[in-house]
Amino acid sequence: MLEIKNLHVKLEEGEKVILKGMNLTVETGKVHAIMGPNGSGKSTMSYVLAGRPGYTVTDGSAKLQGQELLEMDPEARAAAGLFLAFQYPVEIPGVGNMTFLRTALNAQRKARGEEELSAGEFLKLVRDKAKSLKIDAEMLKRPVNVGFSGGEKKRNEILQMAMLEPKMCILDETDSGLDVDAMRLVSEGVNALRSEGRSFLVITHYQRLLDHIQPDVVHIMADGRILQTGGPDLALEVEKNGYADILAAHGLTEAK
Amino acid sequence: MAAKEEAVAARLAGLTAGPGLAGPRAEARARLEVMGLPGRRDEYWRWTDPAALNGATPAAAKAAEDDEAPLFDALDRLKIVFVDGVFDAAASDDLTLAGVEIARLADKIPAWAEALYGTLEAAGQNPVKRPFAALNTAQATDGVLIRVTAKAEKPINLIYVHKSETSDPILHHLVHLEPGAELTLLETGPAGARFNKVMEVDVGSGASFHHIRAQGPDSECRAVTHIFARVAEKALFKSFTLTVNGALTRNEAVIEIIGNDAVAHVAGAALGDGATGPFLHDDTVFVTHQGLRCESRQVFKKVLKHGAIGTFQGKILVKPGAQKTDGYQISQSLLLDDDSQFLAKPELEIYADDVKCSHGSTTGAIDETALFYLRSRGVPEEEAKGLLVLSFLADAIDEIEDAGLKEDIVARLETWLARHRD
Repeated sequence: MLEIKNLHVKLEEGEKVILKGMNLTVETGKVHAIMGPNGSGKSTMSYVLAGRPGYTVTDGSAKLQGQELLEMDPEARAAAGLFLAFQYPVEIPGVGNMTFLRTALNAQRKARGEEELSAGEFLKLVRDKAKSLKIDAEMLKRPVNVGFSGGEKKRNEILQMAMLEPKMCILDETDSGLDVDAMRLVSEGVNALRSEGRSFLVITHYQRLLDHIQPDVVHIMADGRILQTGGPDLALEVEKNGYADILAAHGLTEAK
Repeated sequence: MAAKEEAVAARLAGLTAGPGLAGPRAEARARLEVMGLPGRRDEYWRWTDPAALNGATPAAAKAAEDDEAPLFDALDRLKIVFVDGVFDAAASDDLTLAGVEIARLADKIPAWAEALYGTLEAAGQNPVKRPFAALNTAQATDGVLIRVTAKAEKPINLIYVHKSETSDPILHHLVHLEPGAELTLLETGPAGARFNKVMEVDVGSGASFHHIRAQGPDSECRAVTHIFARVAEKALFKSFTLTVNGALTRNEAVIEIIGNDAVAHVAGAALGDGATGPFLHDDTVFVTHQGLRCESRQVFKKVLKHGAIGTFQGKILVKPGAQKTDGYQISQSLLLDDDSQFLAKPELEIYADDVKCSHGSTTGAIDETALFYLRSRGVPEEEAKGLLVLSFLADAIDEIEDAGLKEDIVARLETWLARHRD
């Protein structure tokens, strides 16, 4: 599904290099988790994959189902099936959540040469999906993320994911700022979307989220690359012992 | 004759005033002669060159070929049509409406209108002079005289059609709302090559006046408009203006809140694209608080690109004794490129000690984070920018209370945005 090879990325302004030869393959239908200390480049990787301006790719490639993502506009990447759930979802006053969702969904359908949904079809779809995430009608009417609690914002991200039906979902610290109940609700939403044809890359600091969204593969990332890959046990080990041993084995120190 | 008076005489030489009202017209002319025509040295004309308004004849302005459906087309309303400033009886509805008496300035003038004509304009000349308003009162050829005695059965829509490349209409409207009366007044269209309009609005106690105006879309037209409003106790005055295109638009609003517990809001959204011709849009607002516990709001937003210029000069004056005043003013611009500019002069002058007044002014570009967020969901860049423009304008548009009217205004905005994508 997703194949990142030897990815090198620096900030567009200045010389700071963030990704230093990142390799990662996520198979179709699998859930991969990435853990790593602060400043390891996890969020940058998710932004670069989604096409956020401000970064320069100096080497490497990132392919989604064989298509080179790095040459595409952000909207084309979305239409190709990539979805990034933001760590900090953006507030857009004056634009209704419904308008936003419908514009996004129909833009993607149009880009793929599919027929756009009518107002009626869209309404039915969004109501069904919102219900399962316990998002009430009032929240759909409000401007995008404006006045939403932390939990509501993250649920709204998952609603967008459910509506847009991407193939490759990247969750950037979706658990940050959530209480236990909100985390359970969001995780249930994600788990409901797990399917044979859909892959996930879950970026998190904490093992706790992985209790709810159980990964097939766990990667440890530091210093702009993947240091170690293992099964779910690897996350438990990190939770218990921290990153020190893994970092030391690669000649890195914890202090940043 | 002094040079000032000579300039005024030259400006008025080609104009023929409408019938009647000899007294107020002469007084207005005298006011104008004392003030003279404005120049760049005048404090309130520093940012807007009045030369194009001072000339005896207007610069030619083509009527845009407009294939858009007329605004408010689906709305049940009473239509009053002026073509290049000339009343078009055939295109207009019968001037009868339950709860309202409608007459024309060029016709038999009712006594209430004789008494009101020019008085709010004259009062509004202090402390800032407004020569084009005095010129209008002296020379207006026509206008609509509306007396509202109850809740108007439906909105009145003044429709301005621009056909002649050299038209120079001067219209003067009066609106008088009796206590407790209600009216929604709509104004749409570009009116003429150069349009001078004054509207005097007298809002009686407990009355409600909603004004929604759409200027444009002809790129070459120029307009100078004034609203003079007097707002009595517990009355509501709300005015919203959408401006798309226009070489020069100067909209002045002079609002005097004289009663207690009254509310006055004035808002504007302007969109200018210098690529289709020069665009200069100027909002000059003066709100005076005299009553107790009154609320005023000024919300002005401008979206500018390709060398478009926006200016805002807004003042709140709180007179001695106008305690518990709640005055608010915000002016903001969204510059879509580096060529455009926004000039703002917010002013507060307060002579009461128990008031709440705030003002703010900002200039910014499209929020790149929000743009990326929208694009990451599959919304193409230009469409995403359009959504962010609507987001920017939301506070101004929200000043329109009626949901249907708001939808029509938003639709007009969306059409403009779709046509002005880079």
